[in-house]
Amino acid sequence: MVRLIAGLVGLFFSGMLLISFVTGAYTAVTEPVAPTVESQFHKHPKKVSFKHDGPFGSYDKAQLQRGLKVYAEVCSACHSLNQVAFRNFEDLGYSEDEVKAIAKGWKTEVPSINPETGEPATRPGLPSDKIPSPYANETAARAANNNALPPDLSLMTKARHNGPAYVYSLLTGYQAVPANLPKESRPGTGLHYNPYFANLNLAMAPPLTGDDQVTFDDGTKATKDQMATDVAAFLTWTAEPKMEARKTAGWASLIFLIIFTALCYLSYRTIWADKKH
Amino acid sequence: MSFPWANEYKPQHPVMQWVDERLPLPRFVYNAIGGGYPVPRNLNYWWNFGVLSGVALMIQIITGIILAMHYYASIDGAFNSVEHIMRDVNGGWFIRYAHMNGASFFFIVVYIHIFRGLFYGSYKAPREMVWLLGVVIFLLMMATGFMGYVLPWGQMSFWGAQVITGFFSAIPVVGEPLRQWLLGGFAPDQAALNRFFSLHYLLPFVILGAIILHVWALHIPGSSNPTGVAVKAESDTVPFHPYYTAKDGFGLGLFLIAFVLVTFFAPNMLGHPDNYIPANPMSTPAHIVPEWYYWPFYAILRAFTVDFAIPFTGIVIIPAKLMGVLAMFGSILLLFFLPWLDTSPVRSGKYRPLFRKFFYVLVFNIGVLGFCGVMPAEEPYVMLSQLAAAYYFAHFLIILPIVSRIEKTAPLPNSITEAVTGKPLETAAA
Repeated sequence: MVRLIAGLVGLFFSGMLLISFVTGAYTAVTEPVAPTVESQFHKHPKKVSFKHDGPFGSYDKAQLQRGLKVYAEVCSACHSLNQVAFRNFEDLGYSEDEVKAIAKGWKTEVPSINPETGEPATRPGLPSDKIPSPYANETAARAANNNALPPDLSLMTKARHNGPAYVYSLLTGYQAVPANLPKESRPGTGLHYNPYFANLNLAMAPPLTGDDQVTFDDGTKATKDQMATDVAAFLTWTAEPKMEARKTAGWASLIFLIIFTALCYLSYRTIWADKKH
Repeated sequence: MSFPWANEYKPQHPVMQWVDERLPLPRFVYNAIGGGYPVPRNLNYWWNFGVLSGVALMIQIITGIILAMHYYASIDGAFNSVEHIMRDVNGGWFIRYAHMNGASFFFIVVYIHIFRGLFYGSYKAPREMVWLLGVVIFLLMMATGFMGYVLPWGQMSFWGAQVITGFFSAIPVVGEPLRQWLLGGFAPDQAALNRFFSLHYLLPFVILGAIILHVWALHIPGSSNPTGVAVKAESDTVPFHPYYTAKDGFGLGLFLIAFVLVTFFAPNMLGHPDNYIPANPMSTPAHIVPEWYYWPFYAILRAFTVDFAIPFTGIVIIPAKLMGVLAMFGSILLLFFLPWLDTSPVRSGKYRPLFRKFFYVLVFNIGVLGFCGVMPAEEPYVMLSQLAAAYYFAHFLIILPIVSRIEKTAPLPNSITEAVTGKPLETAAA
């Protein structure tokens, strides 16, 4: 009885699936789906390599400092970095005093309350503060950006496939609109063509406009490519600040486990030595 | 219950004797996973995965309890509390990555454990109850895994919850009210997040209880083995400790090496980038995909595209969406009936040439379903998933009962001892 009912249920499900298959195949032949514009024009991120790649890679602190400068002078005009605190910049090689100075001199002040009147106010940043957002709230951000919302960048390199290369490609990937791009996919007012962006049209105007847009303290020439690479590295650090500790702990665990496993294997062989199995 | 030749627990130390007379807990452990449990001597490495599943559950419970100390189940605070764990809690990044990848590793070892049972006929008499409890554990794991994925309240958390709870709205009449009751609202929100957190903390302990029953039921007939031939004499078995504790120790080492490689060097490999974007009910991700361990079932869900209807009348008896939901649950529930669908008296696939071929097709087929589950619902993936899902149901419900009836099985060894030593049981020494 169980097998009879099972057989009937099996015939029903498999039969419905085969009918679905035939219907789908018929539709696929008679009404082929046209490839989407995105699938034709969208590009995968460019290849770019960093010192922090691979199982031994560690951050290039000079590069992270340059990346911070690009963020502070360019990106932070619109994008927040709300998971990162000023004190975290000590990881980039800054001293405590330098961090204090960076926090104090940050161009957006930290929201606060006037201690005398209780009215909303702002005060200079402290190392313990999270990086203040450039806009008071989402409405203000949209109002200033043609109704587009500049996303927070703290986790951007983990929130996209191949994130660091994506950031680099997006920043260096603005192009003239291809002549064969269908009319409905052409960028409208306030949009910019960028094939590395999922739907090709990006509300962000090209942020890196030319060489020497920022002046690096270590004398590195600030080419567009250099700035894009450095800020991509910096955003890798903001998304994964514990990466170096993670890799170090990984190697230590691995060495321990290899010895542990070898000893286990030897005891296994010893215990089973006189037992055929 | 055990074999008559099982070692008896004989505590030497007066303290242990005193404890044993009053509460024989050490005796219980000795008989369950110590020298008092005789196990077939011919188990291969596929038999390591039961113990590894238990280890994986313990990793999840320990890391999970620590995470819960720092996590904040609030739609405004959950995402940031996870980032707080990743950045500011001492070693928090390790605990969180271990928990996140531990779930995947738990499913990897459990899937191997299930396929081992399928191949060697471990579900057959007298071990049906072991199998049934195993399916219950699997269902509990899927529910726990789903609710855990919602907790970080990222984009995939939110939209995954939206899609999965949406299954219930396919049920006629009561579907939509049932969905709202389960969620505590019209969409996933604070009420849903709170109850998911509560249940996500509860269910692992229910799983632990079910595992105790699973092992208890296993100890009645004792472990199966690669030949599928029942234990007949003492020379067929070895005590669990030290023989299999040593072998499991080696297996555990290999498992932990794989776990460490992913957790420390590619911790986000098995996750979806969209879950690093905070949940936003106003913005739907381009492709909503569940975690990899649900992909085959997600493919079955989406494979039904045609309503079950009376032709030319337009009367729909079962809409395609409902059928997909029924099939998805059915694809797991049918496993409960497996011991009675496969009637072959031979347990092990080693001696079942025809069964073995279909088994390999099934493994490949589930791989195909998994692939279809992660791809967008477009052609040719939908068509591929329809063929693969049709085979999945046919395999268990039609092919297995027929194969076990018509198959000519290979001759079985007379005993485990004979299979191992080549000598008949009577003359072979241990």
